[in-house]
Amino acid sequence: MTLNGWLQFLIYFVVLLLAMRPLGIYMARVFAGEIHFLRPVENLVYRVSGIDSSEEMNWRDYAGAMLLFSFVSMLLTYFIERLQHFLPWNPQHLPGVEAVLAWNTAASFTSNTNWQSYVPETTMSYFTQMVGLAYHNFFSAAVGIAVAIALVRGIARRESKTIGNFWVDTTRACLYVLLPICIASALVLVSQGVVQNLHGYTVAHTLEHQTQTIAQGPVASQEAIKMLGTNGGGFFNANSAHPFENPTAFSNFLEMFLIFLIGAALTVTLGRMTGSPGHGWAVFACMALLFIAGFTVAYWAEAHPNPALHGVDQHVSALQSGGNMEGKETRFGISQSALFATITTDASCGAVNAAHDSFMPLGGMIPLINIMLGEIVIGGVGSGLYGMLIFVILSVFIAGLMVGRTPEYLGKKIEAYDVKMSMLYVLIFPLVILTFAAISLLSPSMGLSSLANQGPHGLSEILYAFTSAAGNNGSAFAGLNANTHWYNISLGFTMLAGRFLMMIPMLALAGNLAMKKSVPPSPGTFPVNTALFTVLLTGVILIVGALTFFPALSLGPILEHLLLQHGILFS
Amino acid sequence: MTDRQTFWNPVILRHAVIDSFRKLDPRLMMKNPVMFVVEVGSVITTVLLAEELLRHQPISFDLQITLWLWFTVLFANFAEAIAEGRGKAQADTLRKARGETIAWRIRPDGSIEPVSSSQLRAGDMIRVEAGQFIPGDGEVVEGVASVDESAVTGESAPVIREAGGDRSAVTGGTRVLSDWIRVRITSNPGETFLDRMIALVEGAQRQKTPNEIALSILLSGLTIVFLLAVATLQPFAIYSHAPQTIFVLVSLLVCLIPTTIGALLSAIGIAGMDRLVQYNVLAMSGRAVEAAGDISTLLLDKTGTITLGNRQATEFFPAPGISAERLADAAQLASLSDETPEGRSIVVLAKEKYNLRGRDVSGMRCEFVPFTAQTRMSGVDLPGTRIRKGSADAITRFLEQQGSNLPRPVLDRVEEIARLGGTPLVVSENSTTLGVVYLKDIVKGGLRDRLARLRAMGIRSIMITGDNPLTAAVIAREAGVDDFLAEAKPKDKMDLIKREQAKGKLVAMTGDGTNDAPALAQADVGVAMNTGTQAAREAGNMVDLDSNPTKLIEIVEIGKQLLMTRGALTTFSIANDVAKYFAIIPAMFAGAFPVLNALNIMHLARPHSAILSAVIFNALVIIALIPLALKGVKYKPMSAQALLRRNLIVYGVGGIVVPFIGIKLIDLVLTGLHLA
Repeated sequence: MTLNGWLQFLIYFVVLLLAMRPLGIYMARVFAGEIHFLRPVENLVYRVSGIDSSEEMNWRDYAGAMLLFSFVSMLLTYFIERLQHFLPWNPQHLPGVEAVLAWNTAASFTSNTNWQSYVPETTMSYFTQMVGLAYHNFFSAAVGIAVAIALVRGIARRESKTIGNFWVDTTRACLYVLLPICIASALVLVSQGVVQNLHGYTVAHTLEHQTQTIAQGPVASQEAIKMLGTNGGGFFNANSAHPFENPTAFSNFLEMFLIFLIGAALTVTLGRMTGSPGHGWAVFACMALLFIAGFTVAYWAEAHPNPALHGVDQHVSALQSGGNMEGKETRFGISQSALFATITTDASCGAVNAAHDSFMPLGGMIPLINIMLGEIVIGGVGSGLYGMLIFVILSVFIAGLMVGRTPEYLGKKIEAYDVKMSMLYVLIFPLVILTFAAISLLSPSMGLSSLANQGPHGLSEILYAFTSAAGNNGSAFAGLNANTHWYNISLGFTMLAGRFLMMIPMLALAGNLAMKKSVPPSPGTFPVNTALFTVLLTGVILIVGALTFFPALSLGPILEHLLLQHGILFS
Repeated sequence: MTDRQTFWNPVILRHAVIDSFRKLDPRLMMKNPVMFVVEVGSVITTVLLAEELLRHQPISFDLQITLWLWFTVLFANFAEAIAEGRGKAQADTLRKARGETIAWRIRPDGSIEPVSSSQLRAGDMIRVEAGQFIPGDGEVVEGVASVDESAVTGESAPVIREAGGDRSAVTGGTRVLSDWIRVRITSNPGETFLDRMIALVEGAQRQKTPNEIALSILLSGLTIVFLLAVATLQPFAIYSHAPQTIFVLVSLLVCLIPTTIGALLSAIGIAGMDRLVQYNVLAMSGRAVEAAGDISTLLLDKTGTITLGNRQATEFFPAPGISAERLADAAQLASLSDETPEGRSIVVLAKEKYNLRGRDVSGMRCEFVPFTAQTRMSGVDLPGTRIRKGSADAITRFLEQQGSNLPRPVLDRVEEIARLGGTPLVVSENSTTLGVVYLKDIVKGGLRDRLARLRAMGIRSIMITGDNPLTAAVIAREAGVDDFLAEAKPKDKMDLIKREQAKGKLVAMTGDGTNDAPALAQADVGVAMNTGTQAAREAGNMVDLDSNPTKLIEIVEIGKQLLMTRGALTTFSIANDVAKYFAIIPAMFAGAFPVLNALNIMHLARPHSAILSAVIFNALVIIALIPLALKGVKYKPMSAQALLRRNLIVYGVGGIVVPFIGIKLIDLVLTGLHLA
């Protein structure tokens, strides 16, 4: 680890801190309907789609609208993929995508996962990427934000049957939040050298008389929303390690910044909307703690020499970054690769600028743990906040009793129904991950046949795939070829469960909280805006996460790390 | 009974041990999902053990695991049985009081017939005479009697029960000591207060409280999570070529699921009710005890709760030209026959301040004038002298009849006393005004501190009084209540409760009169005084057998203690799991991968000893925590922030550290004894 590496981290963190507050306040005002510079466009959208923007929905209607919207748009993407050879903007004349892969990809983009079982530049036409996929990059992010806002409303409102209007929230998230930031940052990315065209691929002749196909396309416009919406699906297979997606140190900084921007700002929005700014900061502080801890371990693990490369000079010098540079871009180095890996998995983004599969066992365990904690360390846009709030409610419930009152969160009593919905939310996540991973590990024909590595590393690869899918992250330990019938189908299901099965109890919780009376705060009230609360919340997240996944981790990365120290490797 | 005595009481202990086995019935166990899982695990290992026995395999480790799993279940049952046992002992005492007696029923024609007490029905009229037991709950409709209620309240001093007013309710099983009363029976056999009390302390009517249900859901959810983690661990282990035996997997599962809190949850609830009973308060439901912890507004009646029931003379203010001695002397003389506490306090004050002794009035040819509602004054007529004391209005009228009136300075003094919350009593002798006696409400000692403690916990106290706002404000300031409701009528009390509840607050109050009943029913915690009317006792969800309204504060503290104990043990239970992982996971896989011994940070001797130690710790910790569950965690009133910090350190951090030490110690013992 170097001072330079830490400074890069520090600059990143400070810039994020400066930007999150204004955006958070802005979003609180947007969703309260107080900002209307785009009102004509907004009204046009409502009129064309026949939406009554003044209508308020209860949680069932809200969930129903969300599910309907997601289902229809998923279907649309599926057919665009299948029929892309009949559609325009296909200069490479790529054929229609086969059924199982199309299902997997449609599920993946609808659920904000952007898991890619395919190589984009040889599978998807420009039209599919721009309409079928980029469309979801915007709307799945908007849906996430809308649903999080609905939960915050549930907390903030008193004795209310409704939690907002899904169509209005989604429209506003797109128009006022995602589009403006994306347009601006796409232009900045182009200035850094990210390509943006609709040309066919260029064939170049190299000095060695070889030919090289240089893939290109409308990249910059995709890149911005891929980060901002924590989608992560790359235009190219190499994702943000590709020089056309992420050419410079500055573009790398901007991409990392965009990943965390909305998620971090939403904690400010939470504080604003509930009238308890301190609580918003306490929640952010917990996220920041986990983020810093994760980065520290990952950076430490990657900056140290690989014991397997005995005798090779792996020290930092003017000529090399030192540490484990396998699978990393020299233009980013150790610090920026570890930071990117931490951020992208903290935030359910899944874009990568290095190969997580090539990280040291402990360095690679950090992305895995980040996802296993439930994608709540900043988390996906919206989903990070509501996932975190579930943990807040559980923490308040477990420890709240210790102040001698039945637990209450910001004036709302936490009762049996709330605990039930929260536990359901918490339960679905390990259920899909562990069950599918266990089936895969037991089945040589389905699960193990496409696995490149053996031993604990192989276990990590399979575990990572389902964890990434359930957490709607989309990054991968690439040693596993997931473009098989089994993985396409099971991962597709995992992604949908990790998104929609979890959203439903969460919205039910929002509806139930909204209906409750609010108890005015007093010195006897459980404090949720203090450093003590932050420590408690962090403890609960770590203990619940660790208790659920520690056995699996101990047979994966932990075992691999210990064996590596003794020189035992797995090919 | 102290906790120590009951805990070691051999009778209760023996019953509890027997009950622990009786409670193994799966139909009973199913009510506690966490412990049910342990029982299922125990059954599975027992079956496998039997199979191993038949095949003559070595079973030392498997046998020990199985035994300790059963112990875990039994310990949990034992905790519940002990908690119930304490109530049962009390119920037995009460049952003795309920024994069949002969009742003297009054027929409609007025004649009296003897019937068995079990034949009495609501509406029957009975007559009870000195020495007889009251055969059932009822209302006195005629007569006054002193009643020994020690069977119910434990208080040996007899109480007065009389027709009409707020002291008309009598309880079956109590005994009339003197005089006779006519009683209308108000409850059927089996539904009497005593019956309900027996059922309550026995826990027969125990239903899970709302918070208990919510906590059970959380615990069940965690159990499912761990079930999942352990069930899928086997495929992971098989892939890693390190499959595990069912004994080890069940051990891991039992160690991870929150057995500590699961085992003690119902004991905590029963003990909470029991602690109230020890304070002589009967909660009609566990829900009420829970609500007591959540109270944010406390309604306190001024008279009897905040102040001593009566006003007392504290000072003499003579009129201009009159000596203080003369005023005191006249006031004392006028009060000699006044048996009210106020009258007595004047006699006492005169004696203390001016050394004026009460004198023998029989030789003075004096005639006492009693207080009447019309004149609103009292006094004494001596030959040629008429001394009167009374309110300023009454004395003014008395003076006007004699062509005189109150001097200005006296009038000023009267107004000032009234403004300070006192009662001014003007004393006059014939047409001369002698001065004013200052009667004052005396705030109960220590109340101010206790209310301050409540405030620190975020509980607002509101004083309810019939006094005018001026007077009320003075007492309120003196007592340290946060707010007051002056000139309160029963309906105002009700409205106040509803207003507070609309703000989301939970309200507690005490009451004894029939007109308190609606408010008692509306309040979240309504504590009826046992001396109160039947209507009040029916309306409240708690009854204070000592009829001490200040006890509301203890009730709130017990409620809080109950919730804190639950939270503390839940936190402790979950925090425990960290150490258990570090014991069991390396033990499971160190055989196949010796490098995993790096995780064996406790340096446990052998895989078998490590697993066994974790299982034994998990079982023993239940027994170790039974006293805490029964007594409740220590409670000191402080802000939520301070409480949380303290409890998180003790039960959260402690919960992480303690098992590391405990498991290591057990491992040393096991290795020393060559058990593993």
